[in-house]
Amino acid sequence: CTRYSWWGGVQMGPPDPILGVTEAFKKDTNPKKMNLGVGAYRDDQGKPFVLSCVRKAEAIIAAKQLDKEYLPIGGLAEFSKACAQLALGPENEVLKSSRSVTVQTISGTGSLRIGANFLARFHPGPHDVYLPKPSWGNHTPIFRDAGMQLKAYRYYEPSTCGFDFKGALDDISKIPEQSIILLHACAHNPTGVDPRPEQWKEIADIVKKRNLLVFFDMAYQGFASGDIDRDAWAVRHFIENGHNIVLSQSFAKNMGLYGERVGGFTVVCKDAEEAKRVESQLKILIRPIYSNPPVNGARIAATILNTPELRSLWLEEVHGMANRIIKMREQLVAGLKKNGSSHNWQHVIDQIGMFCFTGLKPEQVERLTKEFSVYMTKDGRISMAGVTSGNVGYLADAIHAVTK
Amino acid sequence: MSLFSDVPQAPPVAVFKLTADFREDTHPQKVNLGVGAYRTDDCQPWVLPVVKKVERLIVEDESLNHEYLPILGLPEFRSAASKVALGDDSPAIKENRVGGVQALGGTGALRIGAEFLRRWYNSVNNTATPVYVSAPTWENHNGVFADAGFKDIRPYHYWDAAKRGLDLAGFLDDLEKAPEYSIFVLHACAHNPTGTDPTQEEWKQIAEVMKRRKLYVFFDSAYQGFASGSLEKDAWAIRFFVSEGFELFIAQSFSKNFGLYNERVGNLTVVSKDNENLTRVLSQMEKIVRTTWSNPPSQGARIVSKTLNCPELFEEWKGNVKTMADRVLLMRDQLKAKLQALGTPGTWDHITQQIGMFSFTGLTPKQVEYMIKEKHVYLMASGRINMCGLTSKNIDYVAQSIHEAVTKVQ
Repeated sequence: CTRYSWWGGVQMGPPDPILGVTEAFKKDTNPKKMNLGVGAYRDDQGKPFVLSCVRKAEAIIAAKQLDKEYLPIGGLAEFSKACAQLALGPENEVLKSSRSVTVQTISGTGSLRIGANFLARFHPGPHDVYLPKPSWGNHTPIFRDAGMQLKAYRYYEPSTCGFDFKGALDDISKIPEQSIILLHACAHNPTGVDPRPEQWKEIADIVKKRNLLVFFDMAYQGFASGDIDRDAWAVRHFIENGHNIVLSQSFAKNMGLYGERVGGFTVVCKDAEEAKRVESQLKILIRPIYSNPPVNGARIAATILNTPELRSLWLEEVHGMANRIIKMREQLVAGLKKNGSSHNWQHVIDQIGMFCFTGLKPEQVERLTKEFSVYMTKDGRISMAGVTSGNVGYLADAIHAVTK
Repeated sequence: MSLFSDVPQAPPVAVFKLTADFREDTHPQKVNLGVGAYRTDDCQPWVLPVVKKVERLIVEDESLNHEYLPILGLPEFRSAASKVALGDDSPAIKENRVGGVQALGGTGALRIGAEFLRRWYNSVNNTATPVYVSAPTWENHNGVFADAGFKDIRPYHYWDAAKRGLDLAGFLDDLEKAPEYSIFVLHACAHNPTGTDPTQEEWKQIAEVMKRRKLYVFFDSAYQGFASGSLEKDAWAIRFFVSEGFELFIAQSFSKNFGLYNERVGNLTVVSKDNENLTRVLSQMEKIVRTTWSNPPSQGARIVSKTLNCPELFEEWKGNVKTMADRVLLMRDQLKAKLQALGTPGTWDHITQQIGMFSFTGLTPKQVEYMIKEKHVYLMASGRINMCGLTSKNIDYVAQSIHEAVTKVQ
């Protein structure tokens, strides 16, 4: 038997930038250390939070003693239906006329990948996907691995830590027709900067003028403002405005179902007949990846969405999570002011959702990590979920120290 | 004008269409011998008693949450899964050159493995490397490798319809003629759809040619324990190849042997030359997983991990697996006996010689059509039946139906 290996030429893959932060955090022995890397919600004790509505749903499901037979390729029907209704609103004309298809996916990533694969196979226009600058780090490799090309439009304005509305409109107006534009529905990741409704309206208009295919990524419905309808406003406006969008949804954050991998992919079509054709092709794409999706998380989500008391409880809990984040933003800014910071920290309050683009430079981020054991990604993004009333003061002190 | 106006209607996946047709059929004696899922003698799905027990433990454990698993999956699941395949005393595991990638079922494990090979095997980005799958094989093998980017997917001789057994000469010939470095998908045991496995002697011959011709070994192991009732026996081929020094992949499924079909529990076991190569391989596996599903689902992996890592639960599981395997073996014995008693033309030894969930009956497409249309016995056009669909209550009807099909239809 030979000593030669097939894998001598396999390069060592670079560590994932986001997950790498957690690795480093774990090794740190400083009792004051803070992990502001990964976007997973933490309660005010810094602990993972399992929603009560989830525990209740699990108990209901356990009592039913269901079998473990394969789900259909497109997933649990009562989940897919509820998922679409949550995004579009139950009275949406699209749902009433059955002119959309929603398949259960492996959370947001799986949804984006199925969508990307579908576009790679069937999109008749240019295979260029325009991402906002910046976007979630994993968007680029997902679309690339599916065979699409990546381009960008201006989005974040560093000088204001806010939305570069003029730059965005300018860039979007130049995108070649029938290209694909990806929009974060709410709680933009990583910046937390969202367009205001009037701005969304203008974006919708120009996207329509350019005849672009809209790919919405909605990973934080309910989690951004605390209100599920408010957070879905942009998605619903675009549909009302005549865009036949494609949409990725994740229930990782808003139901705390991270590891159960719950998501949906929706294609809004011309009519029911087209929706059927599209559905058949989505199944053909899904089957050679994982055959059919995992049931556990989808069943929990469906139980919550379809059981009135659990749904109400969920809305309360999601509101609670969003509120805690908003409070931490306010306390952080108050803390910085108290420390006598001369900088304008308004963006910390204006930004929305789990993440905050602090505006900190790489050297400052490095100091925060080395000197204060505050872990975050190099781009200055912090996960507000990692901030608690117990450590917000320390964080304000640390940020002030590296920026004064 | 819609962007999707040119999207054609795709044909339904055959095996699911069969079940859909079966569901719509109102005939009182209808039998579903299609989809590969275990059924009890009452023709019911069976949640393994050990699984029920462990699920209760999980739901009642308030310390558990729903946080993300690592990209490669639950560590205690991955190591336990690879150990089940390779054995407790596996030298390869002791030498720290075995790793696992938790995946969504056996399909997910195959896909991640295929994506890795397309990127990194036989010089980079080599979509032209031939991938050989058995003739016949599980139909999704083709789709998995094609969608992973491989352009040249070829059959290797496997099923000899005339003698209703393994075409070893044809198989070995294809191995000799395959371009060096070709990838071969091998069924570890309980070949799907034929139920025909090479003997240990035959595996030795296959391994010899593969080693000499530098062919890549990719095992599909979806039925460990389920085939013979013994985990060790069903893993013999895998362990033999590892002992012969092959670097290889094993796509493991826990859908059937744990009855966890809809939780999507699988593991891609990677056996490498040494730990250094393994580390680099796993780092690249992470990249592939990250753009496919980011990290795998936790429920099924927790169930399997708890079971495999606890001695009492592990014994209980083995007992549950043997229950399933034994019922299948009983149905095989009885079906053959009944066909022989009826004097059905042809030989029916293959029914008891074949192993696992499936049997390639040898029925022709026309005979299959007769079975479905006239007798309401649903089976695949290939003549494949799922032995689990047979029960003490329907076996006489099925035997009689086969007898009629064979005597009335050519």
